[in-house]
Amino acid sequence: MAREYETVIGLEVHVELATKTKIFCGCSTAFGGRPNSHTCPVCTGMPGTLPVLNRKVLEYAIAVGLATNCSITRYCKFDRKNYFYPDNPQNYQISQLYLPICRNGYVEIETEPEKLSVETAEGSIIGTGLSGAFQEDGTDRGGPNDKNAYTLGKKRIRIHEIHMEEDAGKLIHDEREDCTLVDFNRSGVPLIEIVTEPDMRSAREVIACLEKLRLIIRYLGASDCKLQEGSMRADVNLSVREFGTEQFGIRTEMKNLNSFRSITRAIENERNRQIDLIESGRAVIQETRRWDEGKEVSLPMRSKEDAKDYRYFPDPDLVPVSISDSFLEEIRARQPEFRTEKMKRYRAEYPIPDYDIEIITESRHMAELFEAAVSLGSQPKKVSNWLMGETLRLLKERELDPEDMRFSPEHLAKLIALTESGVINSTVAKEVFEVMFDRDVDPEEYVEEQGLRMVSDESALRKVVEEVIASNPRSVQDYYNGRERAVGFLVGQTMKATKGKANPASVKELLKELLEEEGCPILNDRYTRNNCRVS
Amino acid sequence: MELLSLSAVELGRLIREGRATAVEAMEAVLDKIEETDETYHCYVTVDKEHALKKAARVQEQIEAGELSGPLAGVPMAVKDNLCTEGVRTTCGSRILENFVPTYSADAVRKLEDAGAVMVGKTNMDEFAMGSTTETSAYGSTRNPRNPEYVPGGSSGGSAAAVAAGECFFALGSDTGGSIRQPASHCGVVGMKPTYGTVSRYGLVAYGSSLDQVGPLCRTVEDCAVILETLASDVPGNTEPVCRDSTLIVRKDTDFTAALKKDVKGMHIGIPIEYISLRDKNNSGTDREVRNAVLKAAELLKANGAVMEEFHLDLVDYAIPAYYTIAAAEASSNLERFDGIKYGYRDRDARELHQMYRQTRSRGFGAEVKRRIMLGSFVLSSGYYEAYYLKALRVKAMIKQAFDRAFTKYDCILGPVAPTTAPKLGKSLTDPIKMYLRDIYTISVNLAGLPAMSIPCGTDGKGLPVGLQLIGDCFQEKKLLQIAYTYERLREGTGK
Repeated sequence: MAREYETVIGLEVHVELATKTKIFCGCSTAFGGRPNSHTCPVCTGMPGTLPVLNRKVLEYAIAVGLATNCSITRYCKFDRKNYFYPDNPQNYQISQLYLPICRNGYVEIETEPEKLSVETAEGSIIGTGLSGAFQEDGTDRGGPNDKNAYTLGKKRIRIHEIHMEEDAGKLIHDEREDCTLVDFNRSGVPLIEIVTEPDMRSAREVIACLEKLRLIIRYLGASDCKLQEGSMRADVNLSVREFGTEQFGIRTEMKNLNSFRSITRAIENERNRQIDLIESGRAVIQETRRWDEGKEVSLPMRSKEDAKDYRYFPDPDLVPVSISDSFLEEIRARQPEFRTEKMKRYRAEYPIPDYDIEIITESRHMAELFEAAVSLGSQPKKVSNWLMGETLRLLKERELDPEDMRFSPEHLAKLIALTESGVINSTVAKEVFEVMFDRDVDPEEYVEEQGLRMVSDESALRKVVEEVIASNPRSVQDYYNGRERAVGFLVGQTMKATKGKANPASVKELLKELLEEEGCPILNDRYTRNNCRVS
Repeated sequence: MELLSLSAVELGRLIREGRATAVEAMEAVLDKIEETDETYHCYVTVDKEHALKKAARVQEQIEAGELSGPLAGVPMAVKDNLCTEGVRTTCGSRILENFVPTYSADAVRKLEDAGAVMVGKTNMDEFAMGSTTETSAYGSTRNPRNPEYVPGGSSGGSAAAVAAGECFFALGSDTGGSIRQPASHCGVVGMKPTYGTVSRYGLVAYGSSLDQVGPLCRTVEDCAVILETLASDVPGNTEPVCRDSTLIVRKDTDFTAALKKDVKGMHIGIPIEYISLRDKNNSGTDREVRNAVLKAAELLKANGAVMEEFHLDLVDYAIPAYYTIAAAEASSNLERFDGIKYGYRDRDARELHQMYRQTRSRGFGAEVKRRIMLGSFVLSSGYYEAYYLKALRVKAMIKQAFDRAFTKYDCILGPVAPTTAPKLGKSLTDPIKMYLRDIYTISVNLAGLPAMSIPCGTDGKGLPVGLQLIGDCFQEKKLLQIAYTYERLREGTGK
C-alpha cells in the first residue's frame, strides 16, 4: 500500500522594523541611499564604538509580542552571535539567544477547506499539502497523528519566541572588476525574528500564518512587511513523516523565499524531494538550502556538519533591559483595535456588506479613513464605494500600498458631499478623486478652481444644447429618422461642450424637448418637419 | 626645565595666571621627549607640529576667556587604545598599524573640551593584553626610574611618560590592573574609577565588562581634577548623547571636594590574603613591597584611621575567573580586525578565509592570539556553561565578598603588585607566572570597584612601590581623601 506523508513546517520570519533610525546608532534606516551613505562608526564596526539600544525597537517588539499573545520577558538581554563574514562589520551579530523579548505566543489562522491531498509511494502528486487542525490549542506535542483526525478551518500556530537583532550589510559582487564591494546602509537596521513551532502542515497554512503576521504587524505600524523588498523574509523549516508516526522527520531549512508564490512552490518542491529520498531508501540530511526562484529548485547551502559554532554569549556592551510595569502598560494602552475586533464592530455599526468590511479592514489606514469619513457625516456605503472602487483601482494602477495613501478623510467626505448635493456629477467626481488621491487636494477648492460645477443654469444649458443641435445636423436628421441612438450621441456632445459639468439626465430631457418642439428655431430650411417621421 | 616639575594643576594655574603659556608647556614636553624618549620609548606617535598648533589655539582660547578650567593648556598623553580623530591609533598592534580614526573617544574629547592638549599616543601592551608593555608591536617601553626594568602595563607608556616628564598627565585604561600596576611600577598616581563612570566610547575594547578609562598623574589632586573632568557632563551640554549604554549618570562628580587631609575614624581593612600584618611569609608578596605598604598603613593609623585585618574570600578564584571572562570578551571584541575595513591586510591571500587567517595570524602578536584562542574555547558550545558561565558566577560571588567587606570598611588597603617592576625581557616566557602577578588588581575589575595606586616608597634597587586603595562602588571620594591625606603625610615625613 502506498505510504502517505504529512508535511511539518515551522517558520523563522524576519521583519524589518519601521524605525527612523538604526537599532544601535542614529543612522537613517531609509531604503535606497547611496552605498554607505547611511553609516557611522558604530554601524560599520569601527574600533572602540559601542551600541546603544533604540527604544522604539523595544516598543515595536513588545507590541508585536502582545498582539501575538506572547509573554514578555521582563528582564531580557542581547547576545553576540559570532561568525566571520564581510557583510557583518563586527564579525558578530547582536541578537538574542538566551532571553528573547517575547516567548510562548500564538496566532490564529483560518484556512479554506481544501481537498485532502496525498502523496503516494510512487510519488504521483494528487494534491498539494494538507490542511488540518490539531488539538484546540494547536499543539501537536509529537503525539501520533492521524490524517482522519484532521479538520479544517481555525487553527492556532504557536510562536516559540520573538527576538530583536540587527541586520547585516549587503555584498555586491562585481563580476567585471572581479571584486566584492560592501554597502553597510542596511547594517544595523532593526529586525525582529519570529520563530514559530512546527505547527503548519501545508503551504496554505504557511501563507495564512504569514498573512496573519503581516496584518498584525502592519496594523501596529511596526513594519510594512513587503516580501519583495525584503522587509519581511521567511525561512521555511520543513520535514515529512508518515501519518501515524510520532517523531518528526529530519528537517531542512529553506532560504531566499521572496514571495508567497516562491514559498508555496518551494514547500511543494521540498516535500517531494524529501519523500523521494525516503522512498528510495536514502536519508534526508539536515541542512540549509537556497531556493532558486527562476529554476524552481533548491540547492544545499550548508549542512549540519559545517554548521558554525556561533559562540553565543551575552553582549557586555549592552546592559540588560528591564521592562517596568508602566512601560509595558504604556505599550499595551497604545495597541490598536485589530482586524478581528474591527470587523466585529463594523458588522454591528455600519450597514455595509461583509465583503466591503473584509476589504476595508485589511488595512488599518483604510479602515481609519473609512471611520473618519463616516464620522464626518458621510454615508458608510458611499464611503465604502469610494474605497472599494476608485481607491482600489488607483492603488493597483499606481502600485501603491494602502498604508501609503495620502488623502485625508475630510477631503473624501467633502467629495462625497459635493456629489450628493449635485454640485458635480459622478464623472467629474472620479476625476476630482484621482487628483485628490495623488495630491490630497481639497475637492471643494479644486472644483471651484477648475470650474467643474455642474451647469445647472437652465438657460445656459439650453444655449449649449441649441449649439450642439445646430452643429450636428446629421445626428438630428438621424433622430428625426427614428434612430433614438442619435440622442445619446448628442448628449455626449453636450457633455463634452460643458466639459462634463452638465447633468446628463437633464441634457437628454432638454435635447428631446428642443428636437420635438414645433418650429424649432434652429432648424434651417434643409431640415423641415416634413422630413420627419412623426411617431 | 622648571615647568616639568609641576603637577598638572600647578601648571594649569600658572597658565591661567599668565605666568606660563600652553605653548611653553608643550614646548617643554616636546623638548623632553626629544631628549629622553629614544631611551624610554613612551610614545608610539607624537605629532609635534599638530600638538604645538593645538597648544597655540588653546592659549588663544584661554586669553579670550573661553577656557578657564584647571586643565586648560596642560599637555596630556593618551594611551594608544583610545581613538583620536585624525591621529593614528594602533593599540600597540600591527593589525592597526595604519588605522586613523574619524572620531575621538569620549574621554579624550572631554579633556580636550576642558583645554588639555594631546602630546601624542603612548605605547602599550598589544590590545592591553600584558603587564609589562613588552607585547607591543612597536617595541618595549622602559621604566624611567631605571631603564633596565619594565614600566609595567598595559598602560606602561602612559605611566612612563608621566614619570619621565614627557607629559603632565596621561590617560590609561584598566581591565585587570593596567592603570594601577604601571602607576605603581613607575611611581605615579593612577586610578581605575567605578565601572561605568567614564564613557568607554572610543576605547578599543579588550574585556568590555571590565575595561575602564582613568588617569595616570603626579598627584592625588591631579587625579581628582582629571576624574572630575572625565566623569562630568560637558558644561552647557544639557542633554548629552549617551554613546555607552554601560555609562552611569553620576551626580557626585565634584571629586576635588574630597581633597581633605583627614582620615580620623576611617575604617581601613587589610585582606590577610593580600598581606598579613603578623605573618611575613603568608603570601607571595615581596618583603620590600610588604614593608612599604605596611609602613603606609602605619602612617594612616597614626593619624586616626582604624586599621584592621580581615579575610577576603575567593581571592584564589579571581585569576581563573578573570582570564576566562576577559579572554572570552576579547575573542569576540577582536573579531572586527579582519583586514576588510581598516588596518593591516595580508595581500598574499587568494580567497576570503585565507585572507582572514593570514591577516590575523600575521597581524596579531603571540599574547593576543593566545587570549583569542582561550576565549574562543571557553565560549564554544559544550564549554560555555562549564567555563564562561561558571566564571560569571565566580565574578558575582567576588562582588558579594567585597560587598560584605564594605559593610565594615571605608576602604581596603593592600599592595598593587607582589613585586616591584621586573627586568626587561624576563616576563613573557612564562605567561601563567605573568598572569599570577595580577592577583591584587583583577578582583577590583571583576567587582567593578574603584581603586587607586599611590607611590609609597621604593625597594632596595630604587624601584617604586605602589599602595593600592580599593573602595566600594561610587566611593572614589573616600579613596581620594585617604590618598590625599597619605600623600600629605608622606611629604611631611620627607619620604
